Amino acid sequence: MKISKRWWLQVIISLGLLTVIGILINNLAVNLIRTGLGLSFDWLWRPAGFALSEHPLPYHPSDSTAWALLMGWLNSLRVIASSIVLATILGVASGAARRSLNPLLRQLAALYVGLVRQIPLLLQLSFWYFVAFLGLPSEPLAPLGAIILLSDHGISLLGISLSVEFAAVLLGLSVFTGASIAEVVRGGLDSVPQGQWEAFRSLGMNEGLGMRRIVLPQALPAILPALSSQYLNLAKNSTLAIAVGYADLYAVSDTTITQTGRAIEGFLLLVISFLLLNLLINGGMQLLNRAVLNR
Amino acid sequence: MRVRLPLLPLVSLLLLLTSCATLGEGGASRLDLIKRRAELRCGVSGKIPGFSFLRRDGSFSGLDVDICRAFAAAITGSPDQVQYRPLTAPERFTALRTGEIDLLSRNTTFNLSRDAAGGNGVSFAPVVFHDGQGLLVKRDSGFTNLKSLEGKTICVGSGTTTEQNLNDAFQAKGIDYKPIKYQDLNQVIAGYLQGRCSAMTSDLSQLAAARSGFNDPDQHVILSEVLSKEPLAPLAAGGDQRLTDAMRWVIYALIAAEELGISKENINDKLEEAKNRPELTQLRRFLGLEGDLGEKLGLNNDFVVKIIQATGNYGEIYNRHLGPDSAVPIPRGLNNLYSKGGVLTSPPFQ
Repeated sequence: MKISKRWWLQVIISLGLLTVIGILINNLAVNLIRTGLGLSFDWLWRPAGFALSEHPLPYHPSDSTAWALLMGWLNSLRVIASSIVLATILGVASGAARRSLNPLLRQLAALYVGLVRQIPLLLQLSFWYFVAFLGLPSEPLAPLGAIILLSDHGISLLGISLSVEFAAVLLGLSVFTGASIAEVVRGGLDSVPQGQWEAFRSLGMNEGLGMRRIVLPQALPAILPALSSQYLNLAKNSTLAIAVGYADLYAVSDTTITQTGRAIEGFLLLVISFLLLNLLINGGMQLLNRAVLNR
Repeated sequence: MRVRLPLLPLVSLLLLLTSCATLGEGGASRLDLIKRRAELRCGVSGKIPGFSFLRRDGSFSGLDVDICRAFAAAITGSPDQVQYRPLTAPERFTALRTGEIDLLSRNTTFNLSRDAAGGNGVSFAPVVFHDGQGLLVKRDSGFTNLKSLEGKTICVGSGTTTEQNLNDAFQAKGIDYKPIKYQDLNQVIAGYLQGRCSAMTSDLSQLAAARSGFNDPDQHVILSEVLSKEPLAPLAAGGDQRLTDAMRWVIYALIAAEELGISKENINDKLEEAKNRPELTQLRRFLGLEGDLGEKLGLNNDFVVKIIQATGNYGEIYNRHLGPDSAVPIPRGLNNLYSKGGVLTSPPFQ
């Protein structure tokens, strides 16, 4: 009796879900026909007709819209990949610092996590861009000699020049996500029994070595799943880049949608592109996860 | 019994969804819907002084807002029966297409791609403001024309024809430039004032409005080169002839009233005069005392009277928000009557 009841419930719920999805798709199709617009992707191959402030590959306004969108996608990928690296370094360092024996380090890390997690990302991005970077003088500052040059038009790090827009998004996303990663790391470290810490200390290992060889390997299985959702969040949050003038995928789609009037197609492409980006991240994290668990 | 419980919300959800679908497919004109609800839903910007701006007391004011009011007066009889929806540039067409708003009166450029069924598929009313895209630079920067901006960065807003015009103008001269694109005008202004860009670009009306809010308006100049013509017009969703016709003739009524010298002040006298003098057939027809011009549009015959009583004629609306004594003075230029050197004229009310 019990089994059959559950079985019915499942069928009803699945049927209900399918109906809802079907109705939504039908609505879309009916409305598209009503407004005389079928789905069409021809516009992708027409000249874009707008310039981009930065593009990793050669680009000219007379290139196709598809190529412009690809530049946007690569710009997104570029800022997401570098933010993930920086956020991980920041997060792991401050997460570990919160369990360090040094009280000053512990307090500083707690302050960072507390402060950054309370402030909306959009506000932080605007701060980094409009206050921190655009507040720089137009004549380059060189605090560390030729290693890093700072000005309100761009940043040059070891000869690689970055736009202020890129730098603002990179820092904003990294600092914001770093704080959440710090909490994930702290949670992971707390899942390792206290005895393990006492054991390596009693063997005379120093803190750094013990953390690397004893604690982190045991904490990683708890950290990795939460870490990958932080990475996925970071990727999605990168669309806020448009607020600080960075030509990411969302900003480029936004322009093409208003220029072609193809909102539904534009959003479909946007969804697919982000799905692709996030599947990339997810796939990478799953490989890492498997490697860690099978070790 | 326990099995049926989740069905209830599911069924109600399904009902809701299907009812939405049938309502959306109805073939009736939106004009009837506006009359039935006795309220016009008008999409505006809310951020452009002189056109649509939120005043301190929470009400909207500006040329675009008065167009909404004129329209509401024509359909519902009262200019105050308007619900304003502040919209960003990328949101506006979606809001129109989904039926969220009846009419969009928000600094929107009238062009082919937007009007055509294969483009945005909307229907435009006559132009209410002839604008053009320009460039704002700092007075001491030494930039005097397009050529001098070669290779420089230019701040531009998203979701508008501005990006394309900028590109066309520079490409035509064979000059390179670097656009920094922000989502809305306030960010463009912040980027420009912070020195990220050598120039900012937008419609002249918006540049003038923005400059009026700077600490030092005299330190910024608008270059005399105009990149494009930007005829701004109100619009409605496409495929609704009755609504579009009504919208078109409301705008023409504002222009025709100025041509005939009918203003908010003298409308009642004119009405009295028309009543007493049956030989003034043209005036009588315009004011709805004779014929059925209003009814042909699906409005009341006295719709012109209601409009002029509410907002005054086009010239009065212009002077109130953009005239020499307003906060955002813009010379009338093209936006004057044909007889006074502009391009405005109304087809006959016959």
